[in-house]
Amino acid sequence: MNKKQKKMLLRIIISAVLMVILHFVKAEGWLKLALYMIPYLIIGYDVLLKAFRGIKNGQPFDECLLMTIATIGAIVLGITGSGDYVEAVAVMLFYQVGEWFQSYAVGKSRKNISELMDIRPDYANIENEDGTLEKVDPYDVEIGDIIVIQPGEKVPLDGTVEEGTTSVNTSALTGESVPRTLRPGDRILSGFINMTGVIKVRTEKEFDESTASKILDLVENASSRKSRSENFISRFARIYTPAVVIAALLLATLPLLYELLIVKTSPDLGKWTYRALNFLVVSCPCALVISIPLSFFAGLGGASKSGILIKGSNYLEQLAGTETVVFDKTGTLTKGVFEVTAVHPDIIDGEELLHMAAHVERYSLHPIAVSLKKAYPNEHDDCEVSYAEEITGQGMKAIVNGKEIYVGNSGLMDSIGVEWHPCHHQGTIIHVSMDGVYAGHIVISDVIKENAREALESLKKSGIRKTVMLTGDNRNVAETVSRELKIDEFHSDLLPEDKVMKMEEILEGKEKGIVAFVGDGINDAPVLSRADIGIAMGAMGSDAAIEAADVVLMDDDPRKISKAIRISKKCLRIVYENIWFAIGVKILCLILGAFGLANMWMAIFADVGVMVIAVLNAIRALFVRDL
Amino acid sequence: MKRSYNIDVDCANCANKMEVAAKKTEGVKDAVVNFMTLKMKVEFEDGADVEAVMKNVLANCKKVESDCEIFF
Repeated sequence: MNKKQKKMLLRIIISAVLMVILHFVKAEGWLKLALYMIPYLIIGYDVLLKAFRGIKNGQPFDECLLMTIATIGAIVLGITGSGDYVEAVAVMLFYQVGEWFQSYAVGKSRKNISELMDIRPDYANIENEDGTLEKVDPYDVEIGDIIVIQPGEKVPLDGTVEEGTTSVNTSALTGESVPRTLRPGDRILSGFINMTGVIKVRTEKEFDESTASKILDLVENASSRKSRSENFISRFARIYTPAVVIAALLLATLPLLYELLIVKTSPDLGKWTYRALNFLVVSCPCALVISIPLSFFAGLGGASKSGILIKGSNYLEQLAGTETVVFDKTGTLTKGVFEVTAVHPDIIDGEELLHMAAHVERYSLHPIAVSLKKAYPNEHDDCEVSYAEEITGQGMKAIVNGKEIYVGNSGLMDSIGVEWHPCHHQGTIIHVSMDGVYAGHIVISDVIKENAREALESLKKSGIRKTVMLTGDNRNVAETVSRELKIDEFHSDLLPEDKVMKMEEILEGKEKGIVAFVGDGINDAPVLSRADIGIAMGAMGSDAAIEAADVVLMDDDPRKISKAIRISKKCLRIVYENIWFAIGVKILCLILGAFGLANMWMAIFADVGVMVIAVLNAIRALFVRDL
Repeated sequence: MKRSYNIDVDCANCANKMEVAAKKTEGVKDAVVNFMTLKMKVEFEDGADVEAVMKNVLANCKKVESDCEIFF
């Protein structure tokens, strides 16, 4: 609570206590009025002052002015009729309670969310010549400097580990609590928390350009991109207040005129004025207006805690309406790293086939060579490998232990006259021949991510109607992956510009849903920007991906896509609940007030009550851990 | 040219009023008020005198909401 809030709380308490005391004091007439003016002025003096300034500035719909008119009107009615001033003071009191609560709740949420996002430390350790550590301002650390990070400290800047091995907690960035081991040569990002060992890091970015700073910026700016709901509420609020005030005026005058002129009875001024004053009390749209941005703010904060960075409240809103998800294949649904998935030897055993093939690829850096060598880790043994030669577009050959071995595609086998046979497995088939004899083949595929299937099932359960896969890979591979993951539609053999065209086709054909595209950000930028919502995966450490997308998933777990959609739906549900509840209760109060079934107490109570409930409901959008 | 300013305002409705007032100010191409982060982003017309325009923005905002502040 800040000073302003503490002062107000004091005024509220004093005023309330005085009201209770006055209840037991027997006073009449002017004395009674004077006594009740004490709590009234204590609680309401700033409202009255603001009302005055509102008149001076020509602002007739200033809510302070309206509250002032309502309460002074009630006092006048008290003087001329009922002698009851409690209502006027109570109305002012509850109004201030409502304002106070709004200020407190918003302040608390802001603090909560900034604590959530407290991922940047405010110092870095530099080692002096004598070996002692000195704390410096992270802004002063230059690229290439070596900083020391001790166990338990937050990583201040992006860089590479120079010395030391440790495990780090990446949950501030990814939402994943599984620790990661880092060794010299590994990249380390600001926002990580160092856990076990002391490490020295060579910095690669300045403080403001490091990952944690970028994320903080992103999340802060996200709430400035307003959603359609927020824009609607702003426009509604601007119409609502004048509308209710005009209705109040009509309510104060028309029935009077009707009674005077048509029915010819003496008009009950007090009754209709009182009802009109009730209208004024309900004329403030505060509850509505505060709960909507608060809901989105909380939703954005909760999402970023899960490693899902959403760049605007509008995207958070749109995610909920997503009906079609288009995926890039390599790197998104598959690991993007080739692996040996099957070995089919003909004459020697599988292990030996791999052994020989790996040797032939000893000096090659081709992705296929890498995967073969990965499958046979002991490639650097005593076998003799010589005369290694690459045959472009076809494969490699070498002399291994005196034998002439060719490793490559069917074109290579054809060119040396070796009869090969095809494989029923999907993937890239690498044939091997030894001294002119076909030795068998090895299947290399791009492996589907373990959680990809679960991710797609989860998406369907979250209400996605159609899934599409786009890939530059060949049709067979695309078909296998699609079938395995139960994707509705796929397009293969696509060049980058073809992918954009396909996205446009999808956008034109859709029945009404939002189309999201999921890719790895780096080479998918054009498609990402074309889609309604561009989602970049595995963005941790990739500036290009963070720039290009609307939603950034820090790690490469495809299950986060459906989590993002579920967070969005929860947030939007809360927003609609608040809109319907707040507008509904206000209209009910107006109707009851017009018919004399509600008094000012009820009106202000309902107003404040609605605000409290709406704000508490909005905070629920923060809790997304179990979604 | 775009700039971001810290602001102080008490209620969300008032923040909206500030946004409308800022947008109407001469020299302002567009303005967005973010109540949750208490920031106002202003996009100025080409050639506008930033200091002078912001003084007018503050004056216009004070007319609709006497309790607000813009820090520039």
